[in-house]
Amino acid sequence: MSKDKVNKVGGVKTGGDLTSFPQYLLLNAKRFANRPAMRHKDHGIWQSWTWSQMCDEIRAYSLGLEKLGLKRGDKIAIIGANRPKLYWTFSAAQALGAVPVPVYADSVAEEMAYVLEHAEVQFAVCQDQEQVDKILSNSENLPSLKKIIYDETRGLTDYDHSSMHSIDDVQELGRRMLADSTDAQKGWLKSIGEGKGDDLAVILYTSGTTGRPKGVMLRNRDCVNAAVSTVKFDGLNENDIALAYLPLAWVGDHYLSYAQGMVAGYCLACPESPDTVSQDLREIGPTFYFAPPRVFENLLTSVMLRMEDASAFKQRMFHYFLKVSERCGEDILNGKPVGLVDRILYGIGSILVYGPIRNVLGFSRVRIAYTAGEAIGPDLFSFFRSLGINLKQLYGQTEAFLYVTCQANGQVRADAVGAAAPDVDIRISDSGEVLFRSPGMFFSYFKDEEKTKETITSDGYIKTGDAGFVDVDGQLKIIDRAKDVGKLINGAMFAPKYIENKLKFFPNIKEVVAFGDGRECCGIFLNIDLAAVGNWAERNNISYASYQELASHPQVYKMMEEHVEQVNRDLAGEKMMAGSQISRFLVLHKELDADDGELTRTQKVRRNFIAERYEPLIEALYDGSTEKFVETEVIFEDGRKGNISATVQVRDVKTFPAAAMKEAAE
Amino acid sequence: MSARTLADISAGEELLSVDDISLSFGGVKAIQDVSFNIMKGEIRAIIGPNGAGKTSMLNVINGFYHPQVGTITFLGKERRKMRPYMAASQGISRTFQNVALFNGMSTLDNIMAGRTLKMNKNFFWQMLRYGPAMNEEIEHRLVVEEIIDFLEIEHIRKTPVSQLPYGLKKRVELGRALVAEPTLLLLDEPMAGMNLEEKEDMSRFIIDVNQQFGTTIALIEHDMGVVMDLADRVVVLDYGRKISDGEPAQVQADQNVIDAYLGVAH
Repeated sequence: MSKDKVNKVGGVKTGGDLTSFPQYLLLNAKRFANRPAMRHKDHGIWQSWTWSQMCDEIRAYSLGLEKLGLKRGDKIAIIGANRPKLYWTFSAAQALGAVPVPVYADSVAEEMAYVLEHAEVQFAVCQDQEQVDKILSNSENLPSLKKIIYDETRGLTDYDHSSMHSIDDVQELGRRMLADSTDAQKGWLKSIGEGKGDDLAVILYTSGTTGRPKGVMLRNRDCVNAAVSTVKFDGLNENDIALAYLPLAWVGDHYLSYAQGMVAGYCLACPESPDTVSQDLREIGPTFYFAPPRVFENLLTSVMLRMEDASAFKQRMFHYFLKVSERCGEDILNGKPVGLVDRILYGIGSILVYGPIRNVLGFSRVRIAYTAGEAIGPDLFSFFRSLGINLKQLYGQTEAFLYVTCQANGQVRADAVGAAAPDVDIRISDSGEVLFRSPGMFFSYFKDEEKTKETITSDGYIKTGDAGFVDVDGQLKIIDRAKDVGKLINGAMFAPKYIENKLKFFPNIKEVVAFGDGRECCGIFLNIDLAAVGNWAERNNISYASYQELASHPQVYKMMEEHVEQVNRDLAGEKMMAGSQISRFLVLHKELDADDGELTRTQKVRRNFIAERYEPLIEALYDGSTEKFVETEVIFEDGRKGNISATVQVRDVKTFPAAAMKEAAE
Repeated sequence: MSARTLADISAGEELLSVDDISLSFGGVKAIQDVSFNIMKGEIRAIIGPNGAGKTSMLNVINGFYHPQVGTITFLGKERRKMRPYMAASQGISRTFQNVALFNGMSTLDNIMAGRTLKMNKNFFWQMLRYGPAMNEEIEHRLVVEEIIDFLEIEHIRKTPVSQLPYGLKKRVELGRALVAEPTLLLLDEPMAGMNLEEKEDMSRFIIDVNQQFGTTIALIEHDMGVVMDLADRVVVLDYGRKISDGEPAQVQADQNVIDAYLGVAH
């Protein structure tokens, strides 16, 4: 495409006074009529829809929903994986003025019922039988639910269809309406035209890190403005392509896959199934990519594991060029001056190592990549950046409709999350809490005045609940959840997440929970990473039958002890944190799991819940015992319950004198 | 009775029956005077202790073994013995107790192999893989892809089956049997050696195959819980003889069956 045209399109990009995503859909159907809007791998082949085709599909779907009784203001739940028809549901509902409420697909029936009941949904769109069953099992608690609509028919043919329809049938209904009269089309366009900026666009439920999920209400104007300003910031356009693979109900996915896609007009690719994401990523080669740190962690782990199986020559080549990229890769990406020899070596490395790795990971065409959600390990972060992948950090919240801060190209650091995003105003409260005001900020929690008042200050700033400070260069640094930062008995500051993150940067460690607030020392629970440690075990001829057996292996304990000691050594060097070094640790007998309530659906640790559930183990951390018998109830994926019991060993770890104190002693 | 097509038989009518089958290998009498039938659309389980003759019975049905006595009636046509190719071409497909896949080939190719009997283009066209042969392959590939989607094995489409874990191999084998669009599907211990989760998945697939494609299924299984949940009717063999036949609850209460499984004091 010629440059002029890009610019011209760029001029239209803000969409002028468009106030809702369905209005953008109509615009895109015109300005990008024949450009791909969505791809989905089906039958082993990437099937595509252009913007105009997608608009037709959504129109039929939307009219069908209207025929079934969906009205302005109604809530419509969307439950499932990243499938085109579920994304269409957002626009189809919004076109009628109805409010989509995406729900985490892997939540168990009760969690799901809570959200559906709380949101008072009239319609529920499910991906498949699994989700339909979950709703039906709680249908007596959902008096407002009128219709269930599903995508995949499989297994559902024998169900009572008096209030159930497949999406195909709904679309057929809509198509018949369109064929019968021209009024249907007119009415639909009118309905979209009536969408106001103040109308509710979507209710996104928080993942519930602290208690019950809260319904974050976002207006059309909030969503559109937030998307417009960030699309401009990163220069996203219709030539970009992204892969949708994050949970549909998460603000990140709704933002990147739906909101920004609508505004910028880029193509969204939906994977064939959750198991094929890495293959699909490679085939699609997205230009815009977003992943939480754990995804990058898994990628790095898989690269390293596979390199260990490679031939000696390849391994040497890999490690040699990795050293080169460590030395100069990031500087080259940042456009800093780099010596000629390094430049040449990096060039060779690109051909022999970095390029192929990027290709295998599906990052060959990535222009902009973001990570957010958790702190990312500095080594991990620079590994990807030094390969030439423009990975940046952002800090966001559901309440902000994602972006609070983000890093501009060339201003990227691992230990900060970036300066305030365009049009965002950040303030640090006296207690050290981060407050912000942004174009996409929510206006209220659904049916929860009290929480809304707690969260929004009188002058209209939103409390993030995170403790942080603004660094000299204007980038925000997050320490921990404000309410999690505590003190040891001896007065030393204790920031659990800070310690946990340091440990989680070891590929062998999957999850960490640190305790210490109001106690005499810091003690931790560990989860080993079964893939990484399992591979190590295989290499060292250590046989094991289960996670539990591997976790309690003496050599694994020894390895963990080394990691913890290393972290203590690091902490000793930091003035603020030297006092809260880890004194004792244990490796948990089971993996922390969202089904057991130990993690949120976005895989964050629920500290208080874990503290209650594993109270005997915490006692063991602090009473000096070397082992403890523990029995834990677990919930399987199908909802049945079982017990896991084990004798967990507790170990002491060496601590180091703080750097400052050491100097004083000398 | 004259030969009938599948469409002539309505659900709940007899699809296959074996009458007075006796099979012996030299002096070993594997099956003696066994008769039972399979109705269209049902899930029929064959159970029994080790060595009861269950697999032999399945082998008789699909023509791998030829009984010395008795007849097999399939789709209204009575035969002294079945031949494997006849069974296959008339719509009987099966899976094996010990997975029998082409190890060096990918999942996709293994399942494509299940379509062999439905391919019409001759060797010449197939060798060229052009024009009509290509169109034909696309048609068949669509059927195969639908089954891959159905069995949720997209992620191993291109993986050589020798690298797959046991549970997935079983699923690939089921896929290969399914793409033949069978009238009668014989499953020989589809859940042997699986863990609970894999068993639940497999049960789900079996029920879905039965409901969605309307395929009649005869299966051998050891896991009583699975059999009782899945099967519409159960036939019980012991030492080559039929000792019980009926609905799961009925069979479960049968004293002969209890004795066969738990043993009796002599």
